[in-house]
Amino acid sequence: MQCFIGIDLGSTTTKAVVMNEELQVLGRGITNSRSNYDVAAEVAKQEALLNARFHLFRQSLDGVAALDGRLDDFLDQLVRDFRLVQFLEQLADLEQTCTANASPDRFGADTDALHEALAEIFRRLNDEAPEQFAAGANRKSDFFRDVAGSRYLAVGEEVAGASKLSFDYVLNVYDRSIIDVENRISEESLSDKLMRALDRTFVAFADLSAASDAVRAPVKAALDVALEETYVIGTGYGRARLPFSKEHIRSEILCHGLGAHVMYPDTSTVLDIGGQDTKAIQVDPAGIVENFQMNDRCAAGCGRYLGYIADEMNLGLHELGPLALKSTRNVRINSTCTVFAGAELRDRLSLGEAREDILAGLHRAIILRAMSILSRSGGIRDQFTFTGGVANNGAAVKALRQLIKENYGDLTINIDPDSIYTGALGAATFARRAVDSPETSTGEH
Amino acid sequence: MSKAAPQEVIKEPSMLKQKEMIDANFKSLSTANEEGRKVSSTFVPGNLNELLMCFDITRNFPEINALQNGMRKKSGRLIMEAERHGQSEDVCTYVKSDLGMMLQGNIGPTGDKLPDPDVLLLSYTGCFTFMKWFELVREKYDCETIMLHVPYQADGKITPNMRDYVVKQLKEDVIPTLERVSGIKFDIDRLRQYMRESAKAEDDLVWILQSAKNRPSPIDAFFGGVYYIGPIFTAFRGTEAATEYYRTLRGEIQQRLANGQGPVTPEGDFGKERFRLVVEGTPNYTNFREFWKMFYDEGAVVVASSYTKVGGVYDFGFRHDPDNPIESLADYCLGCYTNLSLPARIKMLCSYIDDYQADGLVINSVKSCNSFSAGQLLMLREIEKRTGKPGAFIETDLVDPRYFSAANVKNRLESYFQMLQQKGANQAA
Amino acid sequence: MTVQEIVDRCQALYDDLHFNVVKEWKAAEPGRKAIGYLPIYVPREIIHAAGMLPVGILGGGDQLEVIHGDAYYQSYICRIPRSTIELGLTGRLDSLDGMLFPSICDVIRNLSGMWQLLFKDKYVRYFDVPQTYDDNIAGTFYIHELQSLRDDLGELAGRPITDDDLRRSIALYNDNRKALADLYQFRAGQPWQAPTSEIYLLLRAGMVLPVEEHSQLLRDYVAAAGREERPRRDNCRVVINGVFCEQPPLGLIKSLEMAGCYVVDDDFLLVTRWLLDDVPTTGEPMENLSKAFLHHSAATSAKFEPDKADKGKFLIEQVRNSGAEGVIFAAPSFCDPALLDRPMLQEALNRDDIPFTAFKYAENTGQLQAIREQAGTFADSIKLWSA
Repeated sequence: MQCFIGIDLGSTTTKAVVMNEELQVLGRGITNSRSNYDVAAEVAKQEALLNARFHLFRQSLDGVAALDGRLDDFLDQLVRDFRLVQFLEQLADLEQTCTANASPDRFGADTDALHEALAEIFRRLNDEAPEQFAAGANRKSDFFRDVAGSRYLAVGEEVAGASKLSFDYVLNVYDRSIIDVENRISEESLSDKLMRALDRTFVAFADLSAASDAVRAPVKAALDVALEETYVIGTGYGRARLPFSKEHIRSEILCHGLGAHVMYPDTSTVLDIGGQDTKAIQVDPAGIVENFQMNDRCAAGCGRYLGYIADEMNLGLHELGPLALKSTRNVRINSTCTVFAGAELRDRLSLGEAREDILAGLHRAIILRAMSILSRSGGIRDQFTFTGGVANNGAAVKALRQLIKENYGDLTINIDPDSIYTGALGAATFARRAVDSPETSTGEH
Repeated sequence: MSKAAPQEVIKEPSMLKQKEMIDANFKSLSTANEEGRKVSSTFVPGNLNELLMCFDITRNFPEINALQNGMRKKSGRLIMEAERHGQSEDVCTYVKSDLGMMLQGNIGPTGDKLPDPDVLLLSYTGCFTFMKWFELVREKYDCETIMLHVPYQADGKITPNMRDYVVKQLKEDVIPTLERVSGIKFDIDRLRQYMRESAKAEDDLVWILQSAKNRPSPIDAFFGGVYYIGPIFTAFRGTEAATEYYRTLRGEIQQRLANGQGPVTPEGDFGKERFRLVVEGTPNYTNFREFWKMFYDEGAVVVASSYTKVGGVYDFGFRHDPDNPIESLADYCLGCYTNLSLPARIKMLCSYIDDYQADGLVINSVKSCNSFSAGQLLMLREIEKRTGKPGAFIETDLVDPRYFSAANVKNRLESYFQMLQQKGANQAA
Repeated sequence: MTVQEIVDRCQALYDDLHFNVVKEWKAAEPGRKAIGYLPIYVPREIIHAAGMLPVGILGGGDQLEVIHGDAYYQSYICRIPRSTIELGLTGRLDSLDGMLFPSICDVIRNLSGMWQLLFKDKYVRYFDVPQTYDDNIAGTFYIHELQSLRDDLGELAGRPITDDDLRRSIALYNDNRKALADLYQFRAGQPWQAPTSEIYLLLRAGMVLPVEEHSQLLRDYVAAAGREERPRRDNCRVVINGVFCEQPPLGLIKSLEMAGCYVVDDDFLLVTRWLLDDVPTTGEPMENLSKAFLHHSAATSAKFEPDKADKGKFLIEQVRNSGAEGVIFAAPSFCDPALLDRPMLQEALNRDDIPFTAFKYAENTGQLQAIREQAGTFADSIKLWSA
């Protein structure tokens, strides 16, 4: 099967989208961008292909009588089991790497104690792993670094405490090892891993054992479909660092414009507020960029600004929006400068203004910046599509809707919960088009 | 960057000649005080080079020192030095680079000592900061300061009142003061002779700049243009050396045209010409080559620019006129690019886009220069509207390395070039 | 009228970013016209002589949300042009029939061209003033410029401006400057009776009120303020410098006083006090206005100082004449004139042992805490030195 893949290498996360020949999205993948962009791109792509594979499972399992009414449950369990298999594999790698790094030349007389502690830590981590991937379990994120890291620290502290071994040693070994592990790509094939996961899923769905073949056969058939990487296009801020040749790279402006057009074909104006920059893009009815503006070299008013505010207020980033929505009073914040934001914030708190009111003012200030960039690009035209991380923030969306109404009247405003994939979606669409009409993609004018 | 192997930079005879001229001028400046030659400091726009030569006064251009220091990666620490001595972070970095250099002993970009000036000739043309700059420099020296106030062409024309004002200042203030400083009596025939040379070089300069109307363009009229304007915008206008330089350069370009060649870049010949652009704004000097490379790597050639008009707008017919020397000096000062109104600048850039068959406009907006920068976003919008050609907006600085973010600039340029390409492909389809 | 009533009136005028008072003035008589002008100086006498209302435009302050104005400016350019454009684009300046842009700096200079493009149906003029001061050279040029403005406004008014019209207007503005001089003297004598936040609002009222009415308001204030009993605080006395174009928010001015500084002289709204002596009301009015500008006008950063020895002299005289103990340099961020001038003025103050402190602001500065602390520390240190 021909697959067209778009990869969006962002400053914090890397996203991938897999599309078929008919421009249908088969799968999406996301990972943290980490220090190694090559690996991030590879992992995001593998995740998207995996997601595509599940899409195929669903197609081929649809109509299998044994799964009637519980296909979703079954596939969800399979996903969890796959994640667990994947996690255990990486955990084993981490254990091996930590043990190797716990060498006598570094830890001298404590080496043996450290080895014992590591063995104990990993034994416990292995034991508790299935629990973490059980239905309803609450994981902070699916990135190995996050899941394994937080538990390693917690368990490591207990173990070190009990054995009188310095916790610093335990930590040190981990820090030395995690980046290597994170940046290693698994050698085992995806199908093998999936088949191992399927075995686990049958344990959970014990009653299916009779119908085992009826289920296994379509899964196997779907696994046998080769997902051919027909054309890959990379985009995003880190695109220059992708190991791609020039014709496989597009700017994120073009990809965001096209991605928004693909999601909402009547889009004329796109606003994307990401961590590092804000982009206003005007597209024509075919999704081709006509004009764009980005924030100037000063990052005032970008997603990162909210990060600073969250830190300043000792809150999580996701808590800001909901708190700001509780505001009852307008507070005008004039500084979107990240450097001054803290000072203005403290000044206002000391004047007794309510936290939620200040936060609402801050959200409005960010959106005001975005409104200026939009105005610079040629204003807002119907329809308007808002993408990027900040599009998931209710308070920002509220301020945006209000300001659009005040300045441009009633317009259709599109916000897709999966808008984080906009750039990758555009890139995948470019990949599809590249194969159709190579002359527009080879860079010849 | 610094770790990269030193690259062989390709140079043509005209480039070598220019380098010789500039080095010689720095050398001559370094010995001026000892040899008793009089020295003036003066600005590029509206400079009175021919007039100063009539009094045997050597010309020092602080702007050129600043940009040369920028190109040699020296400006960053000079700027910080000036800021340590009370200059604001917010203000023009040409000024701060110059003041920082003075604070550190006034050693020029080539390592030669710069002389103390005998006269500060403040040609107040098209830049408010010039006025404060020379007030600041004056604090350090006890020498004459001449203010030549050149009114702004707000309504897009030179009125008789403006011209009379400048002429009167020249006759009644500037010339008598220069006579006093130099002890040399003003000889108008000498001025006429220099102006005849100026006009010859100006003819060749215009031919050179207009050669970019060809496809492919044999020159880059911004990055390359910065080199082409060097002699005529500074101490050499009116000299035979300048006339000779422009004749040589014209010959080289003629040859390139005949061969169907594109511009010369620091890395050799330009590849296939893919985009033709007009550039508004100044260059960035701290990362000049890196910036240029972002263009020529994509096949983007600049066919016309406003920066090559800051020291005189010649391509609409003006020439220094030996028959009306003082009046033509006045018109020269009044006509420099940064002394033009925003509507006039827009008109000029639109005509460039049409006449040079450009695909678009790139504005390099620098933090230092409000004369250029304030209003550029409206210019962008207006020019896009009038020509239907898309524009790009980039922000850097003249000589402050802190304001050049290569990743940011490259990201924008790449997006812009891809947009041009996509549009072009779409129109072709 | 009481002080409170006068201040309330001025505050209302200050807060009204729709310039309703201008609309009312125009509506009172058919055919009336109003001409806006930016800081620092325009000869309002000529506008007045054309029967028009001169209206000072000073940006949007800290209460205006700037959206479209920001779209025209990079982050390294000051606030006043963007908020002024916002005022224009949102229709708040529709009552003005023309705009004058004096030669303050390159940003305001270029704004004149932007105005020509954005508001094509309005009269727009860049008002160039000479930077040399010889009557024969600069005077000739300047008189031509004044005459050209006079001709334009005469045309706009539908009647030529006569010399007698001009002489009458000159007399009224002489009177206004006299009233202001009395007000400044009153404040310098008893700064606790006339807080600068109130003086400032009075000056701002002069940007939108007819000159006759404004002169009366100034005199009413001095009379009323003289009758008030206000507590005298142990504040130091300062001159504030650098506030000649983009305005600090009112809160900032109040903060300085709360922090222990009585402002006894300043460079607020220089247009009102630019000419230092009466302009003669006999003889050639254009020549009189020109001579007043060339030889008897205030010093400021946007004006060339031909003599090195005189750099800073005007400021030092302000300090001496008002009995100030120090100078506060308050400059708008990215203000080329003020920020480039500052080190030279500071050097001059150093030579005369006059203490100073310095900070930057924007018209919409929200965080005043740091400025309060700085001004407070400055006031304390002055008291320590003088003790």
